[in-house]
Amino acid sequence: MLSNLGNILLFLNVILSLSIIYTAKRNLKIYGGVDKNIFQLSLIQSTSIIICFFVLIAAFIVSDFSLITVYQNSHSLKPLFYKISGTWGNHEGSLLLWAIILSIFSFLFLVYNKNHPKKFRLITLIVQNILILGFLFFILFNSNPFSPISPVPSEGLGLNPILQDPALAIHPPLLYVGFVGASIYFSAAISSLITNYSEKSFSLSIKKWVLISWCFQTLGILVGSIWAYYELGWGGFWFWDPVENASLLPWFAMTALFHSLIVFEKRNLFYFWVIILCLITFTLSVTGTFLVRSGILNSVHTFASDPTRGVYILIFLSLMIFGSIFLLFQKYKKENYDLNRNSKETFILVNNWFMMFYLITVLLGTIYPIFTDAITDNKISVGPPFYNVIIFPVVVVFLIFMALGPKAKWIKNKFENIKIYFLILTGAISLNLAIIFFFKSYSLLSNFIIISALFLIISSLIDTSKAIKKNKLDFARIISHTSFGFLVLFIGLNHIFSVEKDYNIKLGETKKFENYSIQLQNLDLKNYKNYQAIIGKLVIKNINSNQTNILNPEIRIYDNPKTLTYEAAIKTSLIKDYYLTMSNIDRSDYYNIKFQKKPLMAWIWISVIMIVVGGFLRLFSNAKNN
Amino acid sequence: MQKIIKIIILFIFLFVIGIFYISLTRDTNYNTSNLINKNTPEFKILSFDETNFYTRDDIRKYNYTLINFWASWCTPCRIEHPILMKLSKTKNLTIFGINFKDKNTKSKKFLSELGNPYDLLAKDENGKQSVRFGIYGIPESILINKELMIIQKFVGPLSIDDYNAIIKIIE
Repeated sequence: MLSNLGNILLFLNVILSLSIIYTAKRNLKIYGGVDKNIFQLSLIQSTSIIICFFVLIAAFIVSDFSLITVYQNSHSLKPLFYKISGTWGNHEGSLLLWAIILSIFSFLFLVYNKNHPKKFRLITLIVQNILILGFLFFILFNSNPFSPISPVPSEGLGLNPILQDPALAIHPPLLYVGFVGASIYFSAAISSLITNYSEKSFSLSIKKWVLISWCFQTLGILVGSIWAYYELGWGGFWFWDPVENASLLPWFAMTALFHSLIVFEKRNLFYFWVIILCLITFTLSVTGTFLVRSGILNSVHTFASDPTRGVYILIFLSLMIFGSIFLLFQKYKKENYDLNRNSKETFILVNNWFMMFYLITVLLGTIYPIFTDAITDNKISVGPPFYNVIIFPVVVVFLIFMALGPKAKWIKNKFENIKIYFLILTGAISLNLAIIFFFKSYSLLSNFIIISALFLIISSLIDTSKAIKKNKLDFARIISHTSFGFLVLFIGLNHIFSVEKDYNIKLGETKKFENYSIQLQNLDLKNYKNYQAIIGKLVIKNINSNQTNILNPEIRIYDNPKTLTYEAAIKTSLIKDYYLTMSNIDRSDYYNIKFQKKPLMAWIWISVIMIVVGGFLRLFSNAKNN
Repeated sequence: MQKIIKIIILFIFLFVIGIFYISLTRDTNYNTSNLINKNTPEFKILSFDETNFYTRDDIRKYNYTLINFWASWCTPCRIEHPILMKLSKTKNLTIFGINFKDKNTKSKKFLSELGNPYDLLAKDENGKQSVRFGIYGIPESILINKELMIIQKFVGPLSIDDYNAIIKIIE
């Protein structure tokens, strides 16, 4: 029943998209405003796709195993919360979420851009609906979440236990608002090229969408990292895994985009560059989807892969790429940038170079293994050492520019007070030396990174105090930039001061290192609704301060599907995290425990949240000004 | 000039998409089946009792050699052990065990408990030598003939079917 209803709604959406395209096209030729019917059709489209999604959620809630998707990804004994989040935790359901975001953004863009040329708005709508159609066809003919199975199985296969997690329930929707949201400025860019709408006001039509998608993308990446930190059990939060990279690539493009938008809006420069970035962002999103869903990359995000799926996305991707290249080549006119080397414009351009550098580095690292495999038959993998070596030294220079750039004036800038930069630099260096003196020394590169991060933080703080005096405070920028400085600082310190110890330990045994002792005091067996857990009670004692902490790592045995997972026990405080994982050793009384002391973890998360807060502040202040 | 740049850009995208397309049909899992019909790599590996080294010349002496990678901590190794014991009774086959990333005391205990099927036994404490054979998980076994050619590779524990296949080959 639900299967039929879902399919009918999907077909309805195809018809709605087609009629929006048809009506919009007819409306183009008619003098006057945008046809009222188009608004209504768009609203119905968004509503019906949301209903369609609710139908799928309902199927998950009532455990309707007549749907293959539900059968493969759910189980009747699963807690309700994970039944619901399981809806988008799989390939088919998540594509439906794609379609929803495409449709909602399409509708909102139409509603919120009333003072832009009609032709521009209508063509954006048409392009967006072509994208929607593409995805609807993909859903209907290749990845239909409403495909029935018969005979109906009595029980489902269950959701992978490591995905049964609150963070992972919200991670995909956040990320999708980010990179599917990028579709709307892709469509707007195409439309702008077609209609020659290249005035400054074009930037106003897409600015908020870029910011919204950027904020959500950042949050999505953050939630994913937090999940990886406490769920994957080795204490890291960033792996340079191909799929993480896939989410980072559009992020770089978005960051570059909203910075160049500032220049475009103020000085009417970089029009084509802005367009190219709009096109690149969504293209990278789809490329990322292709890499993940086709199964040509192996990673922690591996979905059950299916080559036909890959072929479909690849065709879609090719059409997008070659369509936009063709259009761009046709419309491209050389722009003459008469930039003063020392001006805000140049600094923002420098930001864009850095973003492009990071983007290309990560892109190469991600797809290089595919290339060597296809061309030379060699399996290689590009791991953290590659990214660390290439990215981190460049971050040093990047942070310095980030400190100087925002203060520069438009058109022609003069650095009036060079003395103050020396003072800031001296301050940063002495703080760094203080850290070394009181705690421990670290590598030369780490020194540079800490100093440049401090440089950015101090100079941002000085800016703030100056701006408060003049009453000209740009909170959004200052918060985001300062927090980025803090983020790099905290990651640096965290990396330098982390301690990791590995032991095989028996019940009752105590291990000592530095000024800590670890004792495995007790083991407990507990039964839960869908798993059994062996819970260790480990007492960590700081001998110097006589402080004790009790950590309870778990070994969980899930029933459906039968899986063993290791749950880390984490004790978070503002200064440091204790991180402990425990695993059993076959045929022995020993347990392997991995203990980590990770300073300032909480601050890494807080910094990212503050970066996003800056983004939202900008969004609201823009909304107020317009 | 602009035209050339345009052509280059187009070409790059075509190339990338082409590669993506080719990759779709390929198996992305690490696969060492291409080692079959290739020559055994050169190696020099410490014997289990640490008295001498084994090299390719030691294999050359026998008609057929089955190199088996195992460890005491590996549960599937226990599962396949009876098959190895059975194979050790066949003539014409030398079983060359390589003890992988293991502790001496534990591996000795393993063999005394379950029996020692190995004619030659070596150890690879840090797992570096095994990489030459394309080993990425144990147990794994490689069947080699007198000419040092790899005839068959068995990933995972040997089954009774594998046993029959080996018997068929060596006869």
